[in-house]
Amino acid sequence: MTLLSVQNLRVSFDTEAGLVEAVRGVSFSLGRERLGIVGESGSGKTQTGRAVLRLIRPPGRIEADRMDFDGQNLMTASEREMRALRGRRIAMVMQDPKYSLNPVMKVGAQLMEGLRQRDRLGRAEAHAKAVAALDAVQIRDPERVMEAYPHELSGGMGQRVMIAMMLIPDPDLLIADEPTSALDVTVQAEVLSILDGLVRTRGMGLIFISHDLRLVARFCDRVLVMFKGRVVEELAARDLMQARHPYTQGLLNCLPRIGGPRVPLPALDRNAEWAR
Amino acid sequence: MALIEIDNLSVTFTAKGRPVHAVRGVSLAVGERESYGLVGESGSGKSTILRAICGLAPVSGGTIRIGGQPLPEPRGRAFSRQVQMVFQDPYASLHPRHTIDRTLSEPLAIHGIGETDARVVRALEDVGLPASFRFRFPHQLSGGQRQRVAIARALMLEPKILLLDEPTSALDASVQAETLNLLNRLRAERGLTFLMVSHDLAVIDHMCDRILVMQHGQAVEELPREALAAAAMKTAYAQSLFAASADRMLES
Repeated sequence: MTLLSVQNLRVSFDTEAGLVEAVRGVSFSLGRERLGIVGESGSGKTQTGRAVLRLIRPPGRIEADRMDFDGQNLMTASEREMRALRGRRIAMVMQDPKYSLNPVMKVGAQLMEGLRQRDRLGRAEAHAKAVAALDAVQIRDPERVMEAYPHELSGGMGQRVMIAMMLIPDPDLLIADEPTSALDVTVQAEVLSILDGLVRTRGMGLIFISHDLRLVARFCDRVLVMFKGRVVEELAARDLMQARHPYTQGLLNCLPRIGGPRVPLPALDRNAEWAR
Repeated sequence: MALIEIDNLSVTFTAKGRPVHAVRGVSLAVGERESYGLVGESGSGKSTILRAICGLAPVSGGTIRIGGQPLPEPRGRAFSRQVQMVFQDPYASLHPRHTIDRTLSEPLAIHGIGETDARVVRALEDVGLPASFRFRFPHQLSGGQRQRVAIARALMLEPKILLLDEPTSALDASVQAETLNLLNRLRAERGLTFLMVSHDLAVIDHMCDRILVMQHGQAVEELPREALAAAAMKTAYAQSLFAASADRMLES
């Protein structure tokens, strides 16, 4: 069953320096599976994720031949209908907990805010649900974290709080924008396995945006590789090592490997025919 | 004799009236022209060691010697001619309102070195930036280009030792490759000694001859590069760090 289908998505910005086309004709469809979007900075992967939620403000423009979520046309939906979708049906986990949590509000209050406002729950019930959500992301002492301010948490804890917050309304689709790139390797593996477990048990669709090809290969079913606003290759994650496109191969080869040879790492050729 | 000798170093901060032991009795020695890596998760004290060498952290015990000499307090000019540091975040480590030219010529002015023009042009060339970048501001550069400027700045005084604090962890994979290649080339050309901090084992493995694994401010295990590649670490923590390395993910 298709949860989300996007055809010929374009995102452009009118800037002083002229028209910038961040996304140029991206098409994909997604069921209840894990889709990875990989690319370098500026490849348009984040804008693709934001466009699905229509989170691009003027002067940015979103155009698409089609963008449907579960039978609903996202291009023609009113702001009110979009608000009903955001959070409740489609949630997004942002990159850096330092900038995405409210610094002057306790974690507990932030977690409960949605429950109180959106779901009209009482204080005690909202508190219980928030604690349960923190528990689900394996925070050992949820009551203490509820009373903490974001700056009192480590990066890994902050990222788990954000994941907990997004999962409270039980969305059908989760968009994770570089959810672990601000974290250490060991913490990264931990946060990913938590996310993986939650996606599996709840049967959610997941769009996982990252610049780390190895991570995406391990974590997703299918991978879109983006360059300069276009999808250059789409392939099953397990076939990643057999990628044909020179850009995908370049992204794979430029990573150092443990025990690899001490030769200069191959750099990406951005001037090749396909890069135009 | 080793160029950098750290003996039983301890660093203690005071936070909210309580002592925080960031580094606890770490010893290491880095030979001339060697590249030495410090690995560990956040808070393991690896960056604090670099900062302690520069006199930016409160040393509470132990000694640091460079070329056999104990370091003066404050560090002074002779020290900055010998040791320079490249920081993690190229967005935060360059002065936002100084042009690249001003950033690069400042160390020359402080140390009374002439030929500023020629040296700045050569420095840009050395790190692979076009000369037209000279009068730009940091916000007009990408992350990778900024890190090149930061490396050029560190090399202005022709130091022997470069302290690298996660120099590529804020960069994309492809830009990381270019920056690592640049660092390796400069090390070979100038006979530099590297003390490098990273949480990415694959990067450390690519760059360093010997590795010290750290946890909770303590040294866990020192490994030569071959032992890392052969997964011949003795401690459980080093094993788990190896297993969690993103590099391993493709093979499983």
